Amino acid sequence: MTRIRFHQELDELKHRILAMAGMAEQAVDLAVQAYSQRDLNLCERVLANESGINRAEREVDEFAIDLLAMQQPMAIDLRFILAVIKINADLERVGDQAVNIAQRVMHMVGMPAFELPVDIPAMASRVRAMVRDALRSFIEGDTELAKHVLEADDEIDRINHEAFAALSACMQAKPDCAVQALDALSIARNLERVADHATNIAEDVIFWVRGADVRHGAGQTIAGT
Amino acid sequence: MATAVEVRDLKAYFGKTEALHGINISIEATHATAVIGPSGCGKSTFIRCLNRMHETNPEARAQGEVKIGGADIYSMPAVDVRRKVGMVFQKPNPFPSMSIYDNVAAGLKLNGTRNRHTLDEAVERSLQQAAIWDEVKDVLKKKSGASLSGGQQQRLCIARALAVNPEVLLMDEPASALDPISTAKIEDLIFELKQKLTIVIVTHNMQQASRVAEFTGFFLMGHLVEFDRTEKIFTNPSDKRTEDYITGRFG
Repeated sequence: MTRIRFHQELDELKHRILAMAGMAEQAVDLAVQAYSQRDLNLCERVLANESGINRAEREVDEFAIDLLAMQQPMAIDLRFILAVIKINADLERVGDQAVNIAQRVMHMVGMPAFELPVDIPAMASRVRAMVRDALRSFIEGDTELAKHVLEADDEIDRINHEAFAALSACMQAKPDCAVQALDALSIARNLERVADHATNIAEDVIFWVRGADVRHGAGQTIAGT
Repeated sequence: MATAVEVRDLKAYFGKTEALHGINISIEATHATAVIGPSGCGKSTFIRCLNRMHETNPEARAQGEVKIGGADIYSMPAVDVRRKVGMVFQKPNPFPSMSIYDNVAAGLKLNGTRNRHTLDEAVERSLQQAAIWDEVKDVLKKKSGASLSGGQQQRLCIARALAVNPEVLLMDEPASALDPISTAKIEDLIFELKQKLTIVIVTHNMQQASRVAEFTGFFLMGHLVEFDRTEKIFTNPSDKRTEDYITGRFG
């Protein structure tokens, strides 16, 4: 084994992106918990934690760019760093979605509670499982698990469409609940976007491990093969 | 794309030791092909077989087929081969006692060209192709090749190789002894030269290979492990040994 220092730095990069992933995951957990419990304190925590995620994003990017500039990585190492840079952006966006959910919850808490025809906690549970699996596939370089994440995204899209239909019908039938239904619609949309980011992460894992670009349904590998 | 160099089952020996174990490769015309691999892998031996330099060592011999422009180089006089295939080495090696002009004209004179006008034209063309004409045109016959800087000497050696209009130019780590500016000039030069001739470059510098070559071959212990388009080799090689080498996990 040569380039020991470089490979230690790659490990450090992985460690840092996983720390950031933990923060983004926790933000989604707190936001969903805040929805279930109509808890303003949890919403405030999500908002307060956002700056930490943003700072972590900048630090991971800087570290990755330094490695690109100083070490001129090749092949799987190059793909790893490129994947980390993209995963980093996705995780930051996951943090943003959590903030959006928390803001909607803050709005909902100020209004009467309605029984809405959408199971946000159940949808959130599936989305969080996708994020968890995407990150596990990254930790273990497991492309089979990453593929399962890609497949799971279709189910989340379906749930989101059902939520849209149910909440639209609710708004028409009971105009009094329109504002709360709109908030729930936004939250479902935010969760669907979190699932999209998990999908992106899974695609990046496949790119890193196999050199295959599977975005947008493409199956071909990079470099024209 | 046309093939400039066709190598079939090439084996090279030093005494009884087999240094190349049956190399098969087709090198595209008017492109640059990089040859990479750890020290002792056979990459220099390989390119020295392409102009029959390998056999100048009395202990060495080669076996197999090497065709340049369709002609088998082992069935023609070595002098004719070296007219078709020029070579530039790691350390610039201008003839120290000769003027810049005579360094470039040496190959042509050896081939029997005596006409002054023809020689003048060839010297200017070669020095221009090697991107050193502007730097030496006023001192062509006043200064010796050895008086130039390392980077200039290397470009002078390239001009000397170009003077006989080769079809293929072999470069054995041509920039490894040069500073970054001189290296960049050599790399720019490779880009220009490959528009007209075929370049095979041995390099230890993988960034250099990725910058200058469309194709790259990875040698290991006398075997050509992988040969493909350069971007494929450096982003997603097919063979684990290639990946281990270029990512520094080798050994």
